[in-house]
Amino acid sequence: MTATLQQAGPAIAAGPAPTPGRRRPRSSATRQRIEVVLLVGPALLLFLGFVILPVILAAVYSLYNLPPAFRWEQLAEPDRFVGLANYQRAFDSPEFVRAIGNNFIILFASLLIQGPLAIGIALLLNRPLRGRTALRLLIFVPYVLAEVIAGLAWKLLLQPQGGVNAMLESLGLGFLQQNWLADPGIALWTLFWILTWKYLGFAIILMLAGLQGVPEELAEAAAIDGASWWQIQRYITIPLLGPTIRIWAFLSMIGALQLFDMVWVTVAPTVRGMATETMATYMVQQGQFAGQPGYGSAIAVILFFISLTVALIYQRVALRRDLAGAVTRGVR
Amino acid sequence: MNRRSTTRLVTFAAATGLAVASLTGCAGGGGDEGGDGEVTLTWWHNGTTGPLPEVWEEVATEFEESHPGVTVEQTGYQNEDLQRTLIPNALAAGDPPDLFQVWPGGELRDQVENGYLMPLDDVIPDTIDSVGATVNPWQVEGTTYGIPFTFGIEGFWYNTDLFEEAGIDAPPTTLDELIDAVGALRDAGITPIAVGAGDKWPAAHWWYQFALHSCSPETLQAAETEYDFSDDCWVDAGDQLEEFLGIDPFQEGFLGTPAQQGAGSSAGLVANGEAAMELMGHWNAGVIGGLTPDQQVPEFLGWFPFPGIEGSAGDPTAALGGGDGFACSAEAPPECAELLEFIMSEDVQAKFAASGAGIPTVPAATSSLEDPNLTLVAEGLAASSFVQLWFDTAFGTTVGNAMNDGIVNLFGGSGTPDEIVTKMQDAAATL
Repeated sequence: MTATLQQAGPAIAAGPAPTPGRRRPRSSATRQRIEVVLLVGPALLLFLGFVILPVILAAVYSLYNLPPAFRWEQLAEPDRFVGLANYQRAFDSPEFVRAIGNNFIILFASLLIQGPLAIGIALLLNRPLRGRTALRLLIFVPYVLAEVIAGLAWKLLLQPQGGVNAMLESLGLGFLQQNWLADPGIALWTLFWILTWKYLGFAIILMLAGLQGVPEELAEAAAIDGASWWQIQRYITIPLLGPTIRIWAFLSMIGALQLFDMVWVTVAPTVRGMATETMATYMVQQGQFAGQPGYGSAIAVILFFISLTVALIYQRVALRRDLAGAVTRGVR
Repeated sequence: MNRRSTTRLVTFAAATGLAVASLTGCAGGGGDEGGDGEVTLTWWHNGTTGPLPEVWEEVATEFEESHPGVTVEQTGYQNEDLQRTLIPNALAAGDPPDLFQVWPGGELRDQVENGYLMPLDDVIPDTIDSVGATVNPWQVEGTTYGIPFTFGIEGFWYNTDLFEEAGIDAPPTTLDELIDAVGALRDAGITPIAVGAGDKWPAAHWWYQFALHSCSPETLQAAETEYDFSDDCWVDAGDQLEEFLGIDPFQEGFLGTPAQQGAGSSAGLVANGEAAMELMGHWNAGVIGGLTPDQQVPEFLGWFPFPGIEGSAGDPTAALGGGDGFACSAEAPPECAELLEFIMSEDVQAKFAASGAGIPTVPAATSSLEDPNLTLVAEGLAASSFVQLWFDTAFGTTVGNAMNDGIVNLFGGSGTPDEIVTKMQDAAATL
């Protein structure tokens, strides 16, 4: 290897221009390979060590019944290997099944409520408007805030004696007061409101960016043909916004399935267990706090496969056109 | 270079990387003993509020002064973070602190089984003797792995002013009197009881009390050693709790209330006169004191033990309680045991008692208690025929967690007394 390097070196430094017809001399290709190895190697090692290896380990652990803070040697102990019993237990557990349900409620609510809302606001903000930049900025601020800070702020505001109830009271709407985060009947929707507040800005910015790619000429031509503003949006702008909407939906779905931090921060453990448990919080609760790393790993693997399945299906059904176009035609 | 040698290169780089990583991994951990006799002891405890952080800081400084060359790095963490996350992770990673908090019962058994803790009987036998039978929960099969520096029992922390306002002359001594008191407080427009049900365990303690007073000591013993929850008393406990919940004794929105954090917590409600009482462990005076505007334990605070239940199988003078203890990690330097010995010395115990942070375990130090409420708790402890360790601690994390989940479901109206026991049995079956 070293020898190759030494030979390659001078050939490039002093050699004449590459012979026509052979665009890449062999020595240059070797050098390029070494560069790739050296540049990609460290990142690849990190990726293997901190992403791929843990995924494999989780799959292994999920087949065992392990005590908290276990040692490696304990994997070899008799009776530790339980096969698929952890998976069986997960699907038999009403808590976990409910957690999956909560994830999908949030997923569909995000798509059905946040999507149209974001498109609507983006269309409005795309028109000439006084203070448009300031408005866009304000809408994007929640997304920039750290999750924990936003969560804690809402947690304080939504306490029984918190700001939201106080505001309702002073507006004469006292009858609307709720234990927003303490009532298992509404906690999931309170949580969904916080998530919407937090992530709507991101969706709107995406849609606005997508709108920049819609040629104005089309709208002008339609206007000359007598189309109303509504008709232009309905038949021209929104269809052309399709790729952006589909990508946003994809990100939103993945986010909904992996949801953890906002739930963990804002909802008290008791109410979380009753009403807003997600797959990820259930995994941490059981794997870490109930001291069952094997069971927790099984939940992690299930979560992984559910996310993967949803992503693959969505990719085949909805994203195929967008991605295929990008690859085969080489245009954006 | 052909493809095979590229693969070889990548493999070589990967192997080197892994080897380096594992080497550095081995080099870390253990007591960091320098070549010149310098020793650094790391010490993790749960002193984050009240007078406790200051006490431990002084202890660390004094120990450093009397032991030249020893540096003590002490850090306080929130109790549940320490117990559920930080210590298990540090132990599993092979890099635990030298001296750290250990919780008796199931967790201690697991840690001992994994060889994480240093046996103390041959190292500091006099210290172990000094706390007497209180050390029992920190022993596994006769060997001592931890020593409690504080131990106490649970009872009601109440607002004497609000009790007076509601016309209650004396603290309740029976469950019926407690129920009457709740009614009287409601009539006076006062929230009778605050419970931090949002954190699960404070709600669970209510069920523990009913179980303690319904089950015979033999049944309790069988539960702890054999996970036998077949006795009817375990379901009875849930029935009694369900009935008690029926009189609406707790604050509004209790399912979302935390126990200790902020003015909206159950301790905060008592501290600021917004609720009349709270069922809580011996540490609560310090927590309440930390949540008042002037950071002082309020004048109005009083304490009474959980009342007996008429006609139940349980021992009316049994109490539910627990303590905090420290243990040395298996690889800690010998100075760790010396520090533990110092923490348990009569001087430090007396200082601990005088600070009002808790009830000391060395009997001679009890006389240094200045806080009248802690004195009451200490008297209650002395008067108890036996002390049952918190059930979630005694049964270990897995069963304890399932039990607490079942109990909060009952609090939230979505569970039944039978389900609590079923959950406990199911969890025990996975062990």
